[in-house]
Amino acid sequence: MKKLSARRRHPLAALVVLLLALAFTGGLYAVFAPASKAQADQTAQSLAIDEGKKLYAVGCASCHGTGGQGTTDGPSLVGVGAAAVDFQVGTGRMPAQQPGAQIPKKKVIYSQAEIDQLAAYIASLGAGPAIPSAEKYGPEGADIAKGGELFRTNCAQCHNFTGKGGALTYGKYAPSLEGVDPKHIYEAMQTGPQNMPSFPDTTLSEQNKKDIIAYLDAVNSDDTVNPGGLSLGGLGPVSEGLFGWIFGLGLCIAVAVWVAARTAKAKKS
Amino acid sequence: MSSQDIPEETLPAERGGTHVPKPADDKNPFADPGLPPHEHRIQDIDERAAKRSERTVALLFTVSMLATIGFIASFVAIPQDKSIYVFPIGHISAMNFALGLTLGVALFTIGAGAVHWARTLMSDEEVADERHPIEASPETRAKVHADFKQGAKESVIGRRKLIRNTMLGALTLMPLSGVFLLRDLGPLPGTKLRHTLWSKGKLLVNMNTNEPMRPSDIGVGSLTFAKPEGLEEHDEGFQNEIAKAALMIIRLEPDSIKDKQELEWSHEGIVAYSKICTHVGCPISLYEQQTHHALCPCHQSTFDLADGARVIFGPAGHPLPQLRIGVNDEGYLEALSDFDEPVGPAFWERG
Amino acid sequence: MSTAANDAPRSRGKAPAGERVADWADGRLGIYSLAKANMRKIFPDHWSFMLGEVCLYSFIIIILTGVYLTLFFHPSMNEVTYHGSYVPMQGQLMSEAYKSTLDISFDVRGGLLIRQIHHWAAIIFLAGMFVHMMRVFFTGAFRKPREINWLFGFLLFVLGMFTGFTGYSLPDDLLSGTGVRFTQGAILSMPIVGTYISMFLFGGEFPGTDFVARFYSIHILLLPGIMLGLVVGHLILVFYHKHTQFAGPGKTNKNVVGMPLLPVYMAKAGGFFFLVFGVIAAIAGIVSVNPIWAIGPYRPDQVSTGAQPDWYMGFAEGLVRAMPGWEINFWGHTLVLGVLIPLVIFGVFLALIAVYPFIESWVTGDKREHHILDRPRNAPTRTAFGVAWVTAYMIMLIGGGNDIVATHFHLSINAVTWFVRIGFFLGPVLAFIVTKRICLGLQRRDKEKVLHGRESGIIKRLPHGEFIEVHEPLSQEQLHTLTAHEQYEPAEIGPTVDENGVERKVKGSEKLRAKLSGAYFGEESQIPKPTVEEYKEITSGHGHH
Repeated sequence: MKKLSARRRHPLAALVVLLLALAFTGGLYAVFAPASKAQADQTAQSLAIDEGKKLYAVGCASCHGTGGQGTTDGPSLVGVGAAAVDFQVGTGRMPAQQPGAQIPKKKVIYSQAEIDQLAAYIASLGAGPAIPSAEKYGPEGADIAKGGELFRTNCAQCHNFTGKGGALTYGKYAPSLEGVDPKHIYEAMQTGPQNMPSFPDTTLSEQNKKDIIAYLDAVNSDDTVNPGGLSLGGLGPVSEGLFGWIFGLGLCIAVAVWVAARTAKAKKS
Repeated sequence: MSSQDIPEETLPAERGGTHVPKPADDKNPFADPGLPPHEHRIQDIDERAAKRSERTVALLFTVSMLATIGFIASFVAIPQDKSIYVFPIGHISAMNFALGLTLGVALFTIGAGAVHWARTLMSDEEVADERHPIEASPETRAKVHADFKQGAKESVIGRRKLIRNTMLGALTLMPLSGVFLLRDLGPLPGTKLRHTLWSKGKLLVNMNTNEPMRPSDIGVGSLTFAKPEGLEEHDEGFQNEIAKAALMIIRLEPDSIKDKQELEWSHEGIVAYSKICTHVGCPISLYEQQTHHALCPCHQSTFDLADGARVIFGPAGHPLPQLRIGVNDEGYLEALSDFDEPVGPAFWERG
Repeated sequence: MSTAANDAPRSRGKAPAGERVADWADGRLGIYSLAKANMRKIFPDHWSFMLGEVCLYSFIIIILTGVYLTLFFHPSMNEVTYHGSYVPMQGQLMSEAYKSTLDISFDVRGGLLIRQIHHWAAIIFLAGMFVHMMRVFFTGAFRKPREINWLFGFLLFVLGMFTGFTGYSLPDDLLSGTGVRFTQGAILSMPIVGTYISMFLFGGEFPGTDFVARFYSIHILLLPGIMLGLVVGHLILVFYHKHTQFAGPGKTNKNVVGMPLLPVYMAKAGGFFFLVFGVIAAIAGIVSVNPIWAIGPYRPDQVSTGAQPDWYMGFAEGLVRAMPGWEINFWGHTLVLGVLIPLVIFGVFLALIAVYPFIESWVTGDKREHHILDRPRNAPTRTAFGVAWVTAYMIMLIGGGNDIVATHFHLSINAVTWFVRIGFFLGPVLAFIVTKRICLGLQRRDKEKVLHGRESGIIKRLPHGEFIEVHEPLSQEQLHTLTAHEQYEPAEIGPTVDENGVERKVKGSEKLRAKLSGAYFGEESQIPKPTVEEYKEITSGHGHH
């Protein structure tokens, strides 16, 4: 103790005390903080990444490279973020079946748990947009009308007024948004899958995205009311013209045939 | 347009000079046998059948009356915003559906009743009506010509040339007043089509957030639409200005930009193109981030935004105009000048 | 008063009221002489003769519903904020025109129905006119004396297109605004005057604040006014010329066989109006058309994919979509061929069918009246020309909807456009050749039927074991009907030396005509119809074979 008291005036003593205090506080924190949960999360996270890596090696690596660095058959996945994985795999677009102008939506072959594992692995390769939480695309606090205006400015040019889809160059197309999970719509805006440009939060704010999703839900869902009646696919004048020709004029002509036909004559017995 | 060069005999023989039924004879098996004899309908000979027809017609008319009552009832009783689900049509307005069907039935059954009446109960004996040549007889023709000559002669228009010529002059000049009256329909073009609201130092304002943008806001592969600062949706003349000033902003990797001028006018790979198609002016913005193509939804003109917005397909005649951009002292994206060529569709004076 | 005694036998008090009213009107309007000529006028019965009625009735329906719509529509481009009952538009800025259209759809009871009847009737009106025109064309009903009426009908079709287009533009929604923008771009492409016309039409730069009001007066007054006049003229001429009829027993070029206006046609035609109206009203109650609330108000910086005009402008749209982007710059000017050429083709292509009757009558040199209709097969060149025209039209309609075709058949839009580009030139040629072959084949079959009778389907075994099919001879009615058509002979260039031995110059037009006539009526272009001699030779002696 003498030794200790002898050195307490040492210039570095303060530093040592500080370090000890810090260590003590840290120790206290370690004792009182929910250490076990943090550890568990950490473990779960790394477990998910490990599981994801395994899934990746089996289902994705052949095109995207063993480390997600990309090959001639598939782009690099470094930095695309969990949202991109959740969108691509969650809508069944990935894994792709065959090369083509565009990878179509298919039956989803991974469970949501597996998708989350894959997403965790890809997210670990480089920072990117995370999977949005439910309140981000939920209907609370959304302005439908504003969403409509935003939709017409940013989305309708490819996806049609009410999201029925449309053609792009050389066999590519903007798919119909009917029945698409709001989460996937949100992720698509964030990440810009395939040829769709991205609409990051810096240029299309989170509120904007929420509004757009709410608008789509209002005009393009199973419960959407089409006051006028049968919407003919919502494709506009082409389907209306076709219907007018085939059924409108067709019915009028059918009636005309009846009007002009000769009445049956009495049978000669 | 004369037929005098064609000998008469090459024209086919006039057919059916008379419609007196000719009996089939050995001479001409193709001869017109005349109208076939009239056959009776069941309603003509069986009063019970005729009664049935009468009842059918009356039923149709009654249905029409009921449908009209239904129409009025629907109009009064159905709330206008009520929607119903009708398989397989979907969720539709109850009122529109009810009104349309009742009106349709009310009208259709009146028609069906009348036609059924005509078809089954009115005489269906076909009769022939004579036609007469449309053109007048030679005597009438001669008379009209003579009358006209007489009238023209009495008017002395042929003799008094001065009257005729001044009258024609007056009648020719007169409509000019009408042409002039149309002058104030609109202003002269001047150079209106050559300028937009963009000018040096104008900030690029994001259409979505209504905020100016920093280069870091715009990621590679993203698409943003911008308007010049100070232009607000509520402004008078907003429509006219945005019709020329609308901007499409994308970001490319600088080394993927093939066109030298495009690279020069861009900022860190951020390029700003007019959103208005150079074909007929649709807002073109179907941007494919992997191919860098922008497609016009109206007529499919396709522009390569990585190559000076060159036209690679479709009816547009020249590339989209590019706006020179840079950043101001505060780090916001700004225009460095107006477009250096007119935006939108080409026109005669464009050059 | 002194004449009162003479009138005594027609005791006024006792005549039925209707008769007295008619007498009164006749004394002032002379209705009896009109009625004498027309009350029992004969109309032939055939479903295809009622196509024109579909058009007439849909036109009347359009006028009726259109008048109703004017009661609620505000043709104004003032910007207003929406606070009506359609939720997804709350608080949006829009023109009064668009807002009032929303109000008609959501806040006027029955307004939506009337709007939809108006729009459906317009689509059916134009489609009806197209089919009616084709009926008249393919049966040769446009021949003398009906050429003027053909032109009236053609004008009605063209005016109908533009009336429809201006009406489609009135709600100022995003879809129609895009169409108006296209129109403005097309106007700009006109050399020299383009920019001026655009500035005058829109009252300045596009979109300005004037065009809805201007299109409104064009849509509800100017064009329908002209059309109404033409419709009346068209009908008067139909009455005056009396209707054409197909060949058949008892039907000649000098009569018209059918049933009288009163009562049968009054009931049938009057009833048909209600039938057409009923069909359209029911469609409008069941099927949505132009749901402008889903489309949004017009903003020149917004657009949607699948932006098409209504079908009758689809042909022009297709031309514009298929055209390559040609543009010529010279001496500080721009010639926008990419837009100008489609516009010119649009006009020329329509004019082609309009002037066809005059071309044909020049080729045939026939100056007689024709009231008996041709069966299309008996005029193979005309039919082939018509089918070629329709083919080109339909290919361009596909072109106008190339994006929808691409997405729904999983094709590349570029491939569809290339198909249309090539098809526009190749399709009509193929259609012409194929149609002509089919017509000739049908003519041959008719000839066969006349000479050898109808195939009865009964197989007979002859004593020596041969199987033959029994052919039943046709009745005289059928023989007459199948041989009633006329056949022209190709015109030849007359003698090139006149009676004095002086050589005359053969004009180019004369040569052209002889050539065309050869193409129309030469050996390659029609099967000579069976003659009486042929028939007799075959039928005499051999019996049925």
